[in-house]
Order: sequence, then structure tokens, then C-alpha cells
Amino acid sequence: MVQKRKFEVWTVVSIVLLCLFLLFLVWPLFGLLQQSVFNSDGELTGANFNRFFTYVDGYYLKPIGNSLKVTICSTLVSLALGIPLAYFYSFYKLRGAKVIFVISVLCSMSAPFIGAYSWILLMGRNGLITKFLSTLLGVKVGSIYGFKGILLVQSLKFFPLVFIYMNGAFKNIDNTLMEASANMGCTGVSRLFRIVLALSMPTILAAALMVFMQAFADFGTPMVMGEGYQTFPVMIYNAYLGEGGVDRNFAAALAVVAVIITAIIFFIQKWGTNKFKFSMNALHPVEKKDCKGIGGFFMHLYSYLLIALAFLPQLYIIYLSFCNYKGSIRQPGYGFVNYQQAAKKLLGRSIKNTAVMGIIALAVIIVIAVLIAYLVVRRASTFNNAIDTIAMLPYIMPGAVVGLGLLLAFDSKPLALTGTFAIMVISFVIRRLPYTIRSATATLMQISPSIEEAAISLGASKLKTFIKITVPMMANGILSGAILSWVAIVTEMSSSIILYSNKSITLTMSTYLAILRGNDGMAAAFATILTVVTALSLLLYLRISKSEDINL
Amino acid sequence: MSVGIRIKHALKKYGENVIIPDLSLDIKQGEFFTLLGPSGCGKTTLLRMIAGFNSIEGGDFYFDDKRINELDPAKRNIGMVFQNYAIFPHLSVKENVKFGLKNRKLSKEKIEQLSDKFMKLMQIDQFADRKPERLSGGQQQRVALARALCIEPDVLLFDEPLSNLDAKLRVEMRTVIKNIQHNVGITTVYVTHDQEEAMAVSDRIAVMKDGVIQHVGSPKNIYQRPANLFVSTFIGRSNVLEGEKLVVEGGKTYILTKSGYRAELLNVLPEYQNNQDIILSVRPEEFLLNTDMSVPGIVATVDDCVFLGLNTHYFVHLESGEEVEIIQESSIDSIIEPGTQIKLTLNTDKVNVFTADGSANILTGVCNDCV
Repeated sequence: MVQKRKFEVWTVVSIVLLCLFLLFLVWPLFGLLQQSVFNSDGELTGANFNRFFTYVDGYYLKPIGNSLKVTICSTLVSLALGIPLAYFYSFYKLRGAKVIFVISVLCSMSAPFIGAYSWILLMGRNGLITKFLSTLLGVKVGSIYGFKGILLVQSLKFFPLVFIYMNGAFKNIDNTLMEASANMGCTGVSRLFRIVLALSMPTILAAALMVFMQAFADFGTPMVMGEGYQTFPVMIYNAYLGEGGVDRNFAAALAVVAVIITAIIFFIQKWGTNKFKFSMNALHPVEKKDCKGIGGFFMHLYSYLLIALAFLPQLYIIYLSFCNYKGSIRQPGYGFVNYQQAAKKLLGRSIKNTAVMGIIALAVIIVIAVLIAYLVVRRASTFNNAIDTIAMLPYIMPGAVVGLGLLLAFDSKPLALTGTFAIMVISFVIRRLPYTIRSATATLMQISPSIEEAAISLGASKLKTFIKITVPMMANGILSGAILSWVAIVTEMSSSIILYSNKSITLTMSTYLAILRGNDGMAAAFATILTVVTALSLLLYLRISKSEDINL
Repeated sequence: MSVGIRIKHALKKYGENVIIPDLSLDIKQGEFFTLLGPSGCGKTTLLRMIAGFNSIEGGDFYFDDKRINELDPAKRNIGMVFQNYAIFPHLSVKENVKFGLKNRKLSKEKIEQLSDKFMKLMQIDQFADRKPERLSGGQQQRVALARALCIEPDVLLFDEPLSNLDAKLRVEMRTVIKNIQHNVGITTVYVTHDQEEAMAVSDRIAVMKDGVIQHVGSPKNIYQRPANLFVSTFIGRSNVLEGEKLVVEGGKTYILTKSGYRAELLNVLPEYQNNQDIILSVRPEEFLLNTDMSVPGIVATVDDCVFLGLNTHYFVHLESGEEVEIIQESSIDSIIEPGTQIKLTLNTDKVNVFTADGSANILTGVCNDCV
């Protein structure tokens, strides 16, 4: 006997979501693919790809090598820095743990190019430290520009993300597992590797992939401090808007290549993650131990040093923003000159735009992410899995690719969105949705279906169960995903730089433009405001979440 | 109020994998009914079909005369207690208990009154404002029970509710569950793999294996006259002696063991009264132990004995090499030393005799409500 499939509200949700994705994601991607195989006269050609692979001396191939090299290095260093910090934080009572956490989030919130910029101000050709060392000690420091600088800045930017991810994983380890392991004679370092890290392997891989994708797509850092060291996103941008003149077909071809590379990395990671698949549910979370003695000292030293290294350059920028400048020349004395300058350069509009577009995008992201997580985990079907897969596509698309795709798809009627708020919001949503979907999905998977069944058997409708039981239980996971998304939206640059207009300019774009103009004082002022905005949003988040411990 | 549950030709498949091929069952109104079986036998699957969380691939499920196959789980008026309790972790104890009440259109006062009543009944009223994570397993279980009961359901379903508790608490909670069920008189379906638990709480038990019900009956009947060899070994402890024979001589029926021991059986069903191979199933207390080697019986040697106060357990091996366990009431002076040769006779009123394939009990007195 075949059961009658009852008409459900979830079916409608599925269909609506699919339509949205088809319009705003699949269509632009398709457009990109189409553009890449035509020339400017509209003839079908392979010339764009041909040019890419065979141009003199691998002119276009070299940036790929550069990008891969610096991205892989950044990822590994971030993991190496972030995992120990998370371990100390989660398993020991560090003094000032809250401060460490807050600063970590702050650092991960800042736009990477601000870090790049501050390191240039410190160690660049005219940097504070460079000058200090050469005039007083006669020591010449090597160049911070290029590979080394990008690696430094990206590692310091991304290790807090690893830290935040790993905290979540460590929190899910049940204390009984630790005790069982100790009981079988496996403690200390051996337990750390064989139990703690082994159990966290899926998260480690997820964090690695996330850092890789973000670092690979990072546009700001190489733009600010790459100099001759060209990376792939920079090349795409240059092909579209750069000095060489506009060639949207070639830019589209480059974008396609970039997606292929990230797709390959994605599948390698997925293959790796499948080898470590299991689910955990910590009924008894690990209790933090006291850390005393020499071990405790080094744990504290490591944590404080790392955090300081990531955070102090940003403080230096804040300091600079209050110094008097004339043009880009520093003058004696302190004041608000830079801020007055900034106010003349769209400061108010930038802040308002960032807030409005960010909040709208975030709301859309959360709603869609929760719905998709529910569809995938609780109503698994081929159709819903297809939606999930489509929604995850931007995960492997560098921001420049998304920007280019949207620009090409919506620059003419009936949907002429170029330069509007809408196209910026759409790009924010598309770019950040995958991250929130993943965290929402992961959270939902941790919730035993029997809890929902209990609610239903107690007479709650499916919708009520979803709203009253499922969503509140997911709240932690959703918030952690959402706050990362918010961070990324506020500091989003690689697609904004292609999509923004004077009307829809964001704080990040204003900051970047100030840096580009070489006006150090004003750039510092913008960067400070950007940092303050992100810091405030973090504090707001802490206020809203109300929990004693910071559940990110 | 309480309903009877009728299941006709239930079929459950996951893809091509048939879990329950064809199952029919009648559960009476107000009775405490237990589904008992080894893990993977389909008992939880069947329970979830009743609850509405598993799809039904075939057959009909009725609550009294109402067919519920397509009825929304939320509308079946079922109280369910889950193995992992499924307490909402973000709600306090009281909010958990009130959750089901809030979904009925009841007045605030009524909700307060009912939730207080059932929290008191389950003795969790002092934890009312605590979050569930601060409760012990037994207390969580009580919350789950109060939550399920306070909606005054037609049917109460338990999915291995005690398996996460320690032994002492298990015994305590099963008494609580039985008494509560008895007081409120709600039709209850209880799933467990613990036969002692099943015996302790149930009015009737259905023993399941591979998605098929083997025997439905009272605990006493299932223990004393199991319908087949599986039931006799799954419920309680049984010594299985294979390769024995049934012989009919002069209108009388005898067991003839491999060792040549003969014992008359008075309760063989008429249709089985002919010479045939049988399997003999003897519970430890159904052997009689004789140190006098001159009486007829099965020759055995004592390997070990364990004194457990009320009873003494003997582990012996027969001439055929088969090892059996015997339980005797302890007496003051008569512990038999290991190595001693003894003779075993059978309490023929109590032993069970199965066909050579073990599929049926050939004695009278089997009450199997299996439909």
C-alpha cells in the first residue's frame, strides 16, 4: 500500500528556496561560464583559456602558483597557532580567558587588509619598527612586502577562526571519553593526539578548508602588501577593471579557473572528512583544569603573546588615527583631524550602508540557513539535498568570482541591479550562506530526533515543534554561524570592490580607498571606526546571548 | 480515555529490507503490554509505527475502531517516554512538563494545576525550576514520565525507558512505572530487551524475533509453557537437550533420553502422540537431583556448585557431554561436592517438549494469543 504524501508547508519552502537560488546563484554562474567561452564579438572560442595557459613565460599561471603557495602556508600556520590556543583555552583555566576569547573574535572580525596595512606602518619601508632598528641599531630588516608579509598577516588573521572552531569541537568532547582514555593508560600528550585531536579531526579539516577558502579568495591583503607578488583574485580584478583595460570574457575565464581550483580542494577535503565521520554528544563537558607551575606559565605566555601579536598592530592604527596629519605627513600633536577628514569622505553614508545592508543580509542568511538545515537533516530527499548542494556552491567561489558573476548577470533589464543596495545584499547573502548553513546543519545533527518526536507526541504541530523546540535548541549553533557571517559581511571586500557604487559604498570599501590614496591619517581613522563597529557588534552579541560562558 | 490497539498485517520496510513482514496484534484497553525481544527484532520499529514516527508500508493500525495509519503523530494523543528521555534541554523541568498541556487549549490555571499534580506524583516538584542538565538520570526519567502522563494520553508508549539507568534505579523505576500505570489505567505499550523487567511490569508480553511475534501471553504462561524453543531460551534460563526421543507404548507417551532414561509425559497434545525426535527444554529448577545412584535417571557429574543463599546452583555435565545448570533450594547440610556422580530425573509436569525443529511446543497448556 502506498501512503498518500500529504501536502506540507516544507514542500513550498523547498520550491521557493530553489527558485531563489536558480535566479541569484545558478544564473550568474551560468552567465560566467557562458562569457568565458565567447570573445568580445560574441563568437564561440577557446581563446580565453588558451591565452591563460600559453601566455609568455606562464604570465597568468604564476599567480596561481603564488596563491596556492601562500594559501597553503597560511592555512598550516593558522592551524598550528590556533589549535594549541583552543586546547589551552578549553581544557585549562587560563587567567583572562574571556579577554583572550574576545580579542580573538575581534581579530578574526577585522578586515585582513587592516592587518596588512598596520604591519606596513610598523615594518614597511617607512615603518615604525624599521626606522627604529635602522637609525638606532643600524639593523636592516628584510622586506615585509610579498610572500612573507601576506603569510604573516593571513596567519594572524585566520588563527582566531581556527581557535573559535576548535573551541566548539573541544566542547563537544565528553569528559567520560577523556576519563576512559586515562583509565586505559593514555594521558597527556598521547591523549591529546590520540583522543582529543582525533575526535576533533572533522572540525580541524573543516577549519582548514575554511581558512584555505578565505585565504585563497583574500583580495585585500595581497592588494595592499603584495606588490610584485600577484595572486589570483588580484589578477581577476585586474583583468576586469585593471590597467590592461576591460576584458570581461577573459576575466570570466579566469574566474572559471579559480572555481575549478577551489572545487578540487573542496573535494579533497570532503574525501578526507569522510574518513573521520562520527557523531558525538557531550553529556558531561570537560571541566577545565587549573594550570599551575612551569606548564601553566608557558601556556599563559603562549596565549598572551599570540593574542598580542594579532591585536597590537590594530591598536597602533587606533593610536595613529588620533595623531595629527597633513595629507599623509605626520604632524606633532593629537586631535580629531583625521576623523574630520573622513567625515568629508562619505563616513556617515558608509556606516549607515554597512549597518543596513549587513543586518538585512544577516536576517536573510539566518532564515534560509535554518530552513535548509532542517530540510536537509530532517526531510532528507534528493530534491532538498540538491538545494543544499547549490547553496554550498559559493563556498568554493572566491568573492571576486561571485562579484563578477552578479555584475555580468544583472547589468541589464529586466533585473538591472548594478550599483544598487540589492546587489550588494545579494552578494553578502550568497557569499556567507554556506557557512551559516553548515553550522546550522551541524547543530541540528547533534539534536536527537526523539526530542522533536517528544514534542509532536505531546500534541505540538510540526511548525510549533520547529519554532519552539528545534530553533531554540539550534540557537547556539545558529548564533555562532551568524556572528561569523556578520563579521565577514562587515569586512567583506573581494566581491564588494567589483559591485559597490558611490551610493552603496561600505565602511570597508571607504577604508580601502583611503589606504589606496596613501592618506595614512584618514585611512587610520576609517580603520579605527571599522574596528570599533566590529567590536561593538561583538559586545552586542554578548549582551544578547546572555550566557556566562561565551558560546560562539 | 484509554483505548485498545489493534494491528492487522503490519508491514515495515526500509527500502527493500523487510523489518516486519506481517504482524498482527491485539492490545486490550488498559493493559500493560510489553514487546520483548533481542535487539534488532523490530520491537522499537513497531512501537514507532504506533506512535506515528515510522511510516507504515502495509496493514492497518486501529485505536479502538479508529484507523490511525495516516493520523498525524501530534493528534494521536500518545504519551511517549524515550530511551534517552528526550527532555528539552533549554526548558526547565516545569516547562518540560507543561509543554504538552500548552498545546491543548487549556486555561492557565488548569495547566498549572495539572503540571503541579503530575510533578508531585513523580516527586519532582522540588526541581520544578531547574534545567534538566542538573538532574540525575532517574530524575530525568521522572520528568519524562510526568510530561508524558500529564496530557492524559489514550496510550502510553515506552521505548526502553530504563536502559540508561543503573540496576537499582531500574528496579525502583519499573515499580514506579507499574504502579502509576495501574493507578491511571492507560493502555501501555512497553519495549524492552530485559526479560526480567518485562516479567515484572507486564500484564501480557509479546516475544518478538526477526519482526515476527513468537508468543503472546501472560508472564507466567510465557515462562511455563513457551510456544517454541526460542521463547523458552529467551525467557529465563533453559537447558536444551537435543536428539531426545518421544515414544508411545501401550497408549502411554514417554520421553526417552540418549542415556536410556524414560519418563512418562501426561500432557502431550493428541496430534503429537507418536514416535518422533524431540527437543527437551528443562529449566534449572525442573531437574531433580539424586545422590542415590540406584534410582533410574540421567547420569551426571558435578563440575561446580555455587551457593547463593536461597538457592544453590549446580553446574554438571551429562554422559553425553552436554552441560546443564541445576538450581536447588539450599538445605542445611547437603551441598554436593564437585566431582560427585549423581542421577538427574525430570519434573515432568514442568518440562517443555518441542518438535525436532523447535518450532512448536507439543504439550497442552500453551496459551498463545498470537493472531
